[in-house]
This record gives sequence, structure tokens and C-alpha cells, in this order.
Amino acid sequence: MQQKRSQQLDAIFAALADSTRRAIVARLASGEASVMELAKPFAMSQPAISKHLKVLERAGLISRGQDRQRRPRRLEAKRLAEATRWLERYRRIWEANFQRLDALLEELKAQEKGGAKR
Amino acid sequence: MNEAGTAKASVNQGETTMKNASTFKVTTPSDKEIQMTRVFDAPRPLVKDAFSKPELLKKWLLGPPGWEMVVCNVATKPGDRFRYEWRNTETGHQFGTGGVAREISPGRVVHTEVMDGAPSESLVTTDFVEEGGKTTVTMTLLFESKEHRDMALKSGMEHGVAASYNRLEELLTSGPA
Repeated sequence: MQQKRSQQLDAIFAALADSTRRAIVARLASGEASVMELAKPFAMSQPAISKHLKVLERAGLISRGQDRQRRPRRLEAKRLAEATRWLERYRRIWEANFQRLDALLEELKAQEKGGAKR
Repeated sequence: MNEAGTAKASVNQGETTMKNASTFKVTTPSDKEIQMTRVFDAPRPLVKDAFSKPELLKKWLLGPPGWEMVVCNVATKPGDRFRYEWRNTETGHQFGTGGVAREISPGRVVHTEVMDGAPSESLVTTDFVEEGGKTTVTMTLLFESKEHRDMALKSGMEHGVAASYNRLEELLTSGPA
């Protein structure tokens, strides 16, 4: 079970390790889109986009809609939901930065004090 | 308006108690902005130094665990370009960001910024306000559109793909909220 979960995560991470695929995910977050619609803003050929879509599909991050002709891709929100508390994660990364900065400022203050004594 | 300042700090079990954590806020004041506010227990000149000197920046501006800052070219006057790059010590992945300084004064720094892989630039305004020996830093990131703003928020992934693996796994295994 744990191993399967780990493999799923590997697939998600691998899928999101590419900037085009992240952009596709971001685009689909605002609604489903056909391959043609997705290819447009990226100045990529449809086959190239399809390759990226396959990777995202395998990771379970996107699926195909009902419309047979357009075959719109849509985001699997559930799949992403747990992994995407974006704002919170963003906050945490910066908080880690700022905690290091707290420590550094303490050092700098101590140095200044030492310098003033001289 | 979204706010993550009070969001689930308890998700991460191994997390140590965060000093000053309650003074740190990340908000989205508009569709195109991200704003961060944090109070530091130091006078403004020291905080400004820490934000502008490469030898100091390299000590704290690192992102998730496992990343080191390998390029830190700062801007010293308006019109100067800056460029920061990080490298994951385990995977060797590299990630960078850069832009042009617009304004540099004691209380404010304004620069444009494009993260690697980002579709457009953002305008970053950092304000430094000192009161009673403490300095409040407010960073406001203005993007071209909501989509671009959201992508930037998600770029925590960019940095974190390898490094925040464990953290994400904890989130995933903690189940639906």
C-alpha cells in the first residue's frame, strides 16, 4: 500500500517536473480544453502536446471528457486536491526562508554589538 | 481574499514550533497579487543588508531543504539586472529567477522578475518599515493575470519537486481535510 502510494507520488512528481506540463495543469485548472486549444498558447505541435498529456494522464492528473469529437481534457481535481494546498505550501517555503533569516539577523545583531565595543 | 497565515500548521508532525510564525501572513489581496508580510526582530539597515548582500542572501534565501544558492548576482541601482540560481544538492536540478531593479531606496525595493519557465514577468515591491527596533517586510508580487499569479503560487512545486517530497507525502497520506 505504502509502496503503491509512493509510486503514485513519483508519477505525479515526474509529471509536474516539466514546465510545459505544469502550465497545462494551470490552464486546465480554469476549465477543460481540447488538445487543439491546449496546443495554441504553447506554440507546440499537437503531437508534442499529446505526449505531455499522456504523461499527465498516466499520473492521474487529467482525464478525458465525454465529448467524443473534442475529447476535452480536464483536471482531476480530487487527485490534485491533497497535493495542492498551494498557498500553504508557498507560505511554508517562505517561512523556512524567514526562519533562517531570523537566525542570521540575530548573528548580525551580535556582531554589531561586538563591533561597537571595539 | 484567501489567507494561509493560519492554515493547518499541525499537518506536519515533525515541525518545530515556529518563532514569529504568527507574524507571517501570505494573502492574495487581488486576483493578480500575492502579498507576504513578516516582522523581523532587527532594525531596518540589518534587514536591508540581509535582503541585498549576496553573502547574506545565500544563507537564508534557499527554499525547501536540499537547495543551495549557487548564483547570487544582485542589483545595486535602478536598471541593474539581478539573477539568482539554486541547485538541489541531491538531484542536481537547477532553478533560477531574475529581473531588473526599478527602484532601490532605504524603505523600498521594486524589481521586475521572471522565474525560469514562467510565461511572463511580475513586478515585486518590497517595503521595509521599522518600528521600535523591529522591521516589517511586505513583499507584493503583481502578475499580468490571475492565471500567471496562480502558476507562481504553484511554483512551490518547481523548487519542491524533489525536496518537499516528504512533506507532500504527509499531506497526501493525511487524507482529505
